[in-house]
Amino acid sequence: MITIVDYGLGNIQAFANIYKRLGVPFRFAKTSDDLVDASHIILPGVGAFDWAMEQLDLSGMRTTLDRLVREENKHVLGICVGMQMMALRSDEGSSAGLGWFDAKVKRFDESRIQSRTHLPHMGWNDVHPTDTTDLFHELGEGARFYFLHSYYFEPNDPADVLAQTIYGDRFACAVRRGNVYGVQCHPEKSHSWGVQLLKNFAGL
Amino acid sequence: MLRPRIIPILLIHKGGLVKTFKFGAPKYVGDPLNAVRIFNEKEVDELMVVDIDASRHSIEPNYKLIANLALECRMPLSYGGGVKTVEQFDRIISLGVEKVAVSSAALDDPILISRAAARVGSQSVVAVIDVKRSGLFRKPEVVTLNATKRSGLEPSAFAAKLQELGAGEIVLNNVDRDGEMKGYDFDLIDSVRNAISTPLTVLGGAGSLDDIRSLVCRYGIIGAAAGSLFVFKGKYRAVLINYPSLEEKLGIY
Repeated sequence: MITIVDYGLGNIQAFANIYKRLGVPFRFAKTSDDLVDASHIILPGVGAFDWAMEQLDLSGMRTTLDRLVREENKHVLGICVGMQMMALRSDEGSSAGLGWFDAKVKRFDESRIQSRTHLPHMGWNDVHPTDTTDLFHELGEGARFYFLHSYYFEPNDPADVLAQTIYGDRFACAVRRGNVYGVQCHPEKSHSWGVQLLKNFAGL
Repeated sequence: MLRPRIIPILLIHKGGLVKTFKFGAPKYVGDPLNAVRIFNEKEVDELMVVDIDASRHSIEPNYKLIANLALECRMPLSYGGGVKTVEQFDRIISLGVEKVAVSSAALDDPILISRAAARVGSQSVVAVIDVKRSGLFRKPEVVTLNATKRSGLEPSAFAAKLQELGAGEIVLNNVDRDGEMKGYDFDLIDSVRNAISTPLTVLGGAGSLDDIRSLVCRYGIIGAAAGSLFVFKGKYRAVLINYPSLEEKLGIY
């Protein structure tokens, strides 16, 4: 079952609304026990990196999530800070990340962005997938998503990049490594494009 | 390519949706949840909802209404009105709102911006600056509490300070142009925009898509917000919720 991790951060209700409309069964997980029948895990997140890591630790779900993702290969989708938490570390804080990707989270280089008002990267931007067979099925050119962030995910292995967005430079707005997926944008707030992405995730 | 954001602003007064004129004379225009549903269908870029009673009367935000709006809203949502503490930021974000806005609280307690940014992240902290011109030289000044209180502050310096404190977006709200639908005040926007590097959204004066087009033409990436434009139609200001289609937006960019 689609399981949305509820550790107090992120717009879990928005995901629920979309799956409800799609007729896809889902549940929220507030404790490790709630994760027991998870087949697809959604890890949302907003806010500062350290704060988010701390909240996940406090939820008591981190160890179980780690096991489900690393050992049982359950599909997982990190959203925004939820994606960033899957890296080893972030320039935004000092806490260690989940380390599901060999990656770090960096702050945008402001000198590379032309617009006078440039950070956070806020608004609708194009997403260019490198592979449209799974998460970005039917989301080729023209797909547009809502972004709201000042830090971006940088995987060490270019093979992990699933989609790119241009903001100053190109950055990895979506990553994939085996069963682990992350997106920097907010599919839960990206109209029909976001609905398609969440539908694709459920179908993995 | 990042696109400018075109943002309807919805004002809440006594639980209903209203539109004001120069911050007064609220006219009832409908039910907020119904408006959100219509804006969903129109796939709007972003929505901002402001409770104009909360700060004015020093009351808590209406969490039930915010939760219902967030539940309905399929696009990013900003909420403003009555927010004074980090706990309120936290609570509103947890209801499913992307960004929380403050205005009078940013004047009374500027450190609130920093503390809120440390908790929910700068990207979710919006500072609204209400500006009114006055005096012989029509000098712009920051005002609060629905423009009932003057601050003596100059808008661009104040915007720069709010950014430094950690605000992730500045909303520049022009009281004099509210409801006028005669175009944005570029002089004011110029001065504030040149003082900051964080996203700027401007409100007050938009009366047509041409006004938004000239704004985007002048500034490129900017948040173009409007109230009247998206709730009224025609010269008799008949209530009709509207928003540019994808094709019309392409004509604006």
